[in-house]
Amino acid sequence: MSDFNFDIIWGYFPLFMRGTLYTIGISVSGIVLGSLLGLIIAMCNMSRLWFLKYPVQGYIHFFRGTPLMLQILIVHFGVVYSILGTTNAIVAAITALALNAAAYTAEIFRAGIQSIDKGQSEAAYSLGMKKWQVMRYVVLPQATKRMIPAFGNEFIVLIKDSSLVAVIAAPELMYWAKAANAQYTRVWEPYLTAACIYLALTYSLHKLLQYIERKM
Amino acid sequence: MEPIIQVKSLTKSYGSNTVLADIELEIDRREVVVVIGPSGSGKSTFLRCLNLLEKPNGGEVLIEGRSLTGKGTNIEEIRAEVGMVFQNFNLFPHMKVIDNIALAPVKVRKWSTEQARKKAMELLYKVGLTEKAEAYPGSLSGGQAQRVAIARALAMEPKIMLFDEPTSALDPEMIGEVLAVMKDLAREGMTMVVVTHEMGFAREVGDRIVFMEQGRVLEIAKPDELFDHPKHERTKEFLSKIL
Ligand SMILES: Nc1ncnc2c1ncn2[C@@H]1O[C@H](COP(=O)(O)OP(=O)(O)O)[C@@H](O)[C@H]1O
Ligand SMILES: [Mg+2]
Repeated sequence: MSDFNFDIIWGYFPLFMRGTLYTIGISVSGIVLGSLLGLIIAMCNMSRLWFLKYPVQGYIHFFRGTPLMLQILIVHFGVVYSILGTTNAIVAAITALALNAAAYTAEIFRAGIQSIDKGQSEAAYSLGMKKWQVMRYVVLPQATKRMIPAFGNEFIVLIKDSSLVAVIAAPELMYWAKAANAQYTRVWEPYLTAACIYLALTYSLHKLLQYIERKM
Repeated sequence: MEPIIQVKSLTKSYGSNTVLADIELEIDRREVVVVIGPSGSGKSTFLRCLNLLEKPNGGEVLIEGRSLTGKGTNIEEIRAEVGMVFQNFNLFPHMKVIDNIALAPVKVRKWSTEQARKKAMELLYKVGLTEKAEAYPGSLSGGQAQRVAIARALAMEPKIMLFDEPTSALDPEMIGEVLAVMKDLAREGMTMVVVTHEMGFAREVGDRIVFMEQGRVLEIAKPDELFDHPKHERTKEFLSKIL
């Protein structure tokens, strides 16, 4: 490590920056799409209708019970390829991360929604609101507040896990770290740089969450 | 004229626990019916069956002739006509008082926001809380919260108001202000079904008193009759304990 060569980092700097943007883009898309899907899954899971409830429970078990790496490979070479007729690493990366995050956020939504006193929804129903209105205007606004810490953690996990999509050559941060590693057969420069950038991302998110929590 | 509420052999059970057994009751427009009885006798469950917060296992409830559980019944439409006030207020803590009141008129009745807020201010005036319009429910006393809850229900301009022990969670000095609002409502001719332990209110405002025990209606009578000459042994016992 004594011969730490900064020229390697400078040479790869533009690629690291682009990779970081991809990491952010893939992670944000993953958490946003995953949360939307997670909300739908949570609703199905809390439904009394078995044909909604049981399939999504299977879904949750599958995505929480199998390695993310495997899910990424299946989505990339299996799902995306058979739908698009060609592979697309970025589409596959976002899809896999979103599908995976959905399983986790579904449980966050469920816990958050179920933590709201039943009297709240009963009051809303008694005023003539429909089920979706009760959710939209009364339950979710209150539940979301309670879910923010758990969501933040899930987002941090997702940023780190997004490094796994390097395996399908999505051009994010980890991919470029590995590329630099391969080109120069150097370990410390690319991997420490990548580590610092990941840390900067997750740590600022962590701080942001603390700030939001304190403000509420 | 047809009774506004008709309860026909209403039955409700949780598993093997029969909570309501074969309840029959008709309530006329502008009538105030007070339901009394020991704790666990099914009063809340009965009230909650009147707007289908609980689903009966048998029998039916008709509001203005429409069965709550009938095919093709739009339950939200009926609930919009039946206001409910809960023991624990159940105000929406994330909304200002005025938004608590205006929410349903806007979302359910499709009023404009201005129209709903104007109505909310009128109702806040009516319950004596105009200065709390911009406050959050968390900053209200129990008595104020319950008056806001009543205003919220009234904003839908319901034809019927249900009250489930509206003063039971209140400090004694706040009970009066809530009962005063309810008396006003009764005087204006609102059809009301009130579960309460406030016997003074029952006697003064009630047109009929329903005594329930163990999921059955044991006695229905005018207040003076029921309080002064209860027919049923169990009614006498209950009254001697509570009065
Ligand atoms: N959701 C429920 N599940 C099971 N039992 C219930 C439920 N709600 C009420 N009960 C039972 O029904 C009976 C009547 O309850 P309730 O209507 O609340 O009585 P009251 O309002 O007169 O005190 C009680 O024995 C209570 O334990
Ligand atoms: Mg009760």
